[in-house]
Amino acid sequence: MMGLISSLINGISLGSVYAIIALGYTMVYGIAKMLNFAHGDVIMVGAYICFCGISYLSLPPVLAIALAIVACTALGIVIEGLAYKPLRSAPSLAVLITAIGVSYFLQNSALLIWKSDPKVFPTIFNMQPLQFFDGRLTISGVTLVTVLCCIVVMVCLTLFISRSKIGKAMRAVSEDKVAAQLMGINVNRTISVTFAIGSGLAAVAGVLLCSAYPVLTPTTGSMPGIKAFTAAVFGGIGSVPGAMLGGILLGVIELLAKSYISTQFSDAIVFAVLIVVLLIRPTGILGKKISEKV
Amino acid sequence: MKNVKKTRRRDFTTYGIVVAAYIVMQALIMTDHITNSLKNQLIPICVYICMAVSLNLVVGILGDLSLGHAGFMSVGAFSGIVVSMSLQNAIPSGTVRLILAIAVGAMTAAIVGVLVGVPVLRLRGDYLAIVTLAFGEIIKNILTNLYVGVDVNGLHISFKDAMSMGMGLDGKTIINGPIGAVGVTKLASFTAGFILIMVTLVITLNLVNSRSGRAIKAIRDNRIAAESVGINITKYKLLAFVISAALAGMAGALYGLNYSGLAAKKFDFNTSILVLVFVVLGGIGNIRGSIIAATVLTVLPEMLRAMQDYRMLIYAIVLILVMLITNNPTLKGYLDLAKTKLTGRAKDPGAAAAEGGADHGE
Repeated sequence: MMGLISSLINGISLGSVYAIIALGYTMVYGIAKMLNFAHGDVIMVGAYICFCGISYLSLPPVLAIALAIVACTALGIVIEGLAYKPLRSAPSLAVLITAIGVSYFLQNSALLIWKSDPKVFPTIFNMQPLQFFDGRLTISGVTLVTVLCCIVVMVCLTLFISRSKIGKAMRAVSEDKVAAQLMGINVNRTISVTFAIGSGLAAVAGVLLCSAYPVLTPTTGSMPGIKAFTAAVFGGIGSVPGAMLGGILLGVIELLAKSYISTQFSDAIVFAVLIVVLLIRPTGILGKKISEKV
Repeated sequence: MKNVKKTRRRDFTTYGIVVAAYIVMQALIMTDHITNSLKNQLIPICVYICMAVSLNLVVGILGDLSLGHAGFMSVGAFSGIVVSMSLQNAIPSGTVRLILAIAVGAMTAAIVGVLVGVPVLRLRGDYLAIVTLAFGEIIKNILTNLYVGVDVNGLHISFKDAMSMGMGLDGKTIINGPIGAVGVTKLASFTAGFILIMVTLVITLNLVNSRSGRAIKAIRDNRIAAESVGINITKYKLLAFVISAALAGMAGALYGLNYSGLAAKKFDFNTSILVLVFVVLGGIGNIRGSIIAATVLTVLPEMLRAMQDYRMLIYAIVLILVMLITNNPTLKGYLDLAKTKLTGRAKDPGAAAAEGGADHGE
């Protein structure tokens, strides 16, 4: 029983990281209708910057995290401006390949700057593990912080999107680009802001991910990126609550599969669940139904 | 009638280019005018050409984005290796075993193609893409934990570890879980690669120009219209998907028998993407373009070897720049202008004007 609860909590923690990454995918998809495959590598860059801030510049962790968030936000804006903005009217496959090019670029730049040897990510959240039921259930500090961070991010983001002016603009652009433009919304700037927010979140996810699994290499972001992308589709790509739900569900399924079915086949199980969900609900759990016009 | 002749002439030009390239390469090999690194690249080039052409069948002709093509390649590679290694004593001839391995690789990949295709093709667009990605990862995960061995009693398969295969004393491990295939006898040759390309081309081009091919293209251009004139969507989609998978399986079998060892993690998401890049850069739906792009982009990183660590960075930048130049209206305008200046004639004045207009739109 305690094992189950422990797996669930760890699953929610892992899922929280997926959810934060998935938010970046889903927001960009909702607005720019593109699959940003470079998102996973922005996570890696964020983690490296935080690592450098602490290890080389000996900044306090809070400042290092802030530095990572600022740098990734800037990186997101630069990537969007240089690589994606010129392709606004291009076919989606061309944008996809460009995103893959950006992903290669980030990975190989990281390889040149930080070399291929794995870096050990410093401990940021130095907290005593919490113990319940006379020590039969232990929750580590990182797990708790990750879940708390995820809740804070979700609440802030939901408020931002539903209340703020830019958030409303984002929703309008994702609904109908042309109509939004006619209403005086600066579509290009809104898309840039979306990229900036998504990339900033990626930095947070990178720090959380590397705090839980403290090995950092230039390809650290790839697999979590693919998984989070799966999570975004799982919940219904383009939907913000869907990404949160999808991310957490994916994390829980992965951890439960690892503890109770098979460690080796946990990835296969996660992807199989995704396929089953998409077969039952072809646009994800919370995705909008696509009505077809003839 | 004139139109049919035109496609036929275009197809024969494609065959001609491949045959000419093969003859030139053979001549270079005979006269020893070829560097060793390029020589080692010949079979991978053949394999990637087959992969690109077969993926183009799904992405270009059928119009569905597939992100798991490497999965079919790995199925072909591993089944081909198992066939070739387990029949080593029964069939001494390497050529016969290679042909058998490729045939079995194609069949296994086709079966997996049906299994994957039936659920996948119910979905559309990006959802279809993500499910092909998921299947690719599942195939990789299963093959990473696959153990196959052979002894006098036949094949032994396990998903746990090498011990639980329960082989006899004379048993030989063929596929060893995460380590992959070990001690494979290399059977692949450049000529086999060339023949494989020709087979792939004949199958693909004949399919594209057949009645079925026209039905597939009709589905791509307008699914609802195609359905309303009585085209069986599921049948034709599955046909294209399974043929593509089988061709990838053939290519995979050749690839697997080109190395003495091969791990399943070689066929990951990045390999699928690599092949997709060939297809997109060569021109979606353009078979000849796929051949050229696969060749150039396989050789390019080798050519850049002098740049050492920077080569993949340069590859990434080239990729981004090519996509920007060929797809950005402004840059494309310059490109067309340069072409017009060079050739002395405008390509299509109407299209150029339309693109010029689009510049100011954004």
